[in-house]
Amino acid sequence: MGYNCVVCIKQVPDTGKVTGDAMKADGTINRAALPAIFNPEDQNALEAALRVRDQHGGTVTVITMGLPAACAILREALMCGADKAYLVTDRRAAASDTLATSYILSQAVKKLNPDLVFCGRQAIDGDTAQTGPQIAEKLGATLVTYLEGLEIKDGYAYATRNIGTGTEKVKAKLPALFTVMEKCGELRPFQARLAMKYKKARAPMELAKETAEAEYAELRQKGLDIGQWTLDDIGCDLSRCGKAGSPTLVNKIVNVVLAGGEFQEFQPTDEDMGRLVGSLIADHTIG
Amino acid sequence: MDRSKGEVWIYAEQEDGVLSDVALELLGKGKELAGTLGVPVAAVLLGSGVEGLAAKLFEHGADKVRLVDDPALKDYQNRSYRETMIELINAEHPQICVFGATFQGRDLAPSVASALRCGLTADCTELKIGDYTDPATKEAFKNLLMQCRPAFGGNIIATIVNPRNWPQMATVREGVMKMPEATPGRTGELVRHQAKCLDGMELPVEVLEVVRTAKTVNLKGARVIVAGGAGVGSAENFKLLHELAEALGGTVGGTRAAVDLGYLEHERQIGQTGVTVRPALYIACGISGAVQHLAGMQESQKIIAINTDKDAPIFSVAHYGIVGDVCDVLPKIIKAVKAKAL
Repeated sequence: MGYNCVVCIKQVPDTGKVTGDAMKADGTINRAALPAIFNPEDQNALEAALRVRDQHGGTVTVITMGLPAACAILREALMCGADKAYLVTDRRAAASDTLATSYILSQAVKKLNPDLVFCGRQAIDGDTAQTGPQIAEKLGATLVTYLEGLEIKDGYAYATRNIGTGTEKVKAKLPALFTVMEKCGELRPFQARLAMKYKKARAPMELAKETAEAEYAELRQKGLDIGQWTLDDIGCDLSRCGKAGSPTLVNKIVNVVLAGGEFQEFQPTDEDMGRLVGSLIADHTIG
Repeated sequence: MDRSKGEVWIYAEQEDGVLSDVALELLGKGKELAGTLGVPVAAVLLGSGVEGLAAKLFEHGADKVRLVDDPALKDYQNRSYRETMIELINAEHPQICVFGATFQGRDLAPSVASALRCGLTADCTELKIGDYTDPATKEAFKNLLMQCRPAFGGNIIATIVNPRNWPQMATVREGVMKMPEATPGRTGELVRHQAKCLDGMELPVEVLEVVRTAKTVNLKGARVIVAGGAGVGSAENFKLLHELAEALGGTVGGTRAAVDLGYLEHERQIGQTGVTVRPALYIACGISGAVQHLAGMQESQKIIAINTDKDAPIFSVAHYGIVGDVCDVLPKIIKAVKAKAL
């Protein structure tokens, strides 16, 4: 018995660090100053999957789509206890919007034929919260958004969802896809033994070209191979991937110039603060 | 069919027979867009026993209300609502379809867009009609929905278009668009639809229990908001903000950075992905003024900015500015407020 769980994870720039040094003089972000991290709610999604496996057995497989550098978060997931990791990487996937991204990820998930799929509710670099629901629609899986708690019993998912105005308890048929919120639980720390082991895990594209084949064969023997899929490997219709598969186009980007505001300055003194409060009372803003 | 004759649709979200504010707010914007395009604006109302809500939608600007009233739609469920919306869109071909970026809207809209294979822009802060030429194909498009949203990468507003796969879909957070004034007695055309997909539909989800929690924070209704950013420095320092808010009869809010740092609860987040507010007085403490935050507060009537960096963007929207440290300035303001015995 046991459940086949798949977790979709994303490497994102750490938007929480966008302060001071991370901003360039022209108001844009200095990406080099921002570390790339394991999207926070995707960590909660992994934890939710690991808990299902702890309790019922089965496997937890993590998938990410991106450049080979994204293998960093796949290794993190393995160090926390994931059984297997896959990188979906393909130049033709570049410039995918949420619709194309969800299509590609759904193709990868299908290949693993899971009972349960977990996604973070949203990624911190876009906050759209669209990819999870769209993967579910493409899989024909039951969608359960805003997951805060989960129990699996008799082949059904008993889930607690946040519905904004409160919470809802639902019984959902499997296969199901959950979009997971922080409340589901913090991702467990690395296990020392797994951290030692999986720091050496690599996907083929991370290896030197000349020796990649032999090295990867050796990694596979040791169970240190990160699976790598192209769009062809997961049977993608190319017209639904990348730019061709993305209906949304960026028309223009406007840099908002915020300078030279004409505000009335007050000094941080008791006297000035008294004047400031006085003027707010005088024009009936307060009082 | 001529796509440009398609209606502008606003998803009239309701829960337990109560219309969401954002649906009414979006009707104001929808009416404006529809006016530019010369087409009707329709509110799409799904539920069971909800026909009575149509009057309110007409009074807030709907030319039509497209109603699917069916016992199967009593509770919101992804599959039944999604399939009903898809059936309606495929039958009526609206050119624009806007949803509130609520818990329900963010569950429904991406599912519908996925099935129809059309684009969806989340959390737009402005919607307008404009023309677009595809730089790759030189193909020109007239009267597209321009979907504006602040984008990650600094003080950048991106305009997104969806020229080919219609309907053009977008979500908008509550409070972003102004609630139109109701015109009592205004009426329109009520169109009743039957959704064939609901016949014998089996739902994969069974709702076992719903627990509503009373809202503890009401930023939208606050006259005075004292808001803090990362520059406040600690959760401990936030006590000063609470003290000032209390003295002014106001509410404490903050930036996403402050929420992420654990200085305050998520429900107090102001900005593009939080709440949009228009209070009489907004006191921005230790907030640098990222465009995502400004999007949620710049229409406040009076803005006071307190920041150590005199070049911080927040000062560009401020009426009054104090260059200084929050921990030094706030006690002085609190003292001044208390001295005036408000």
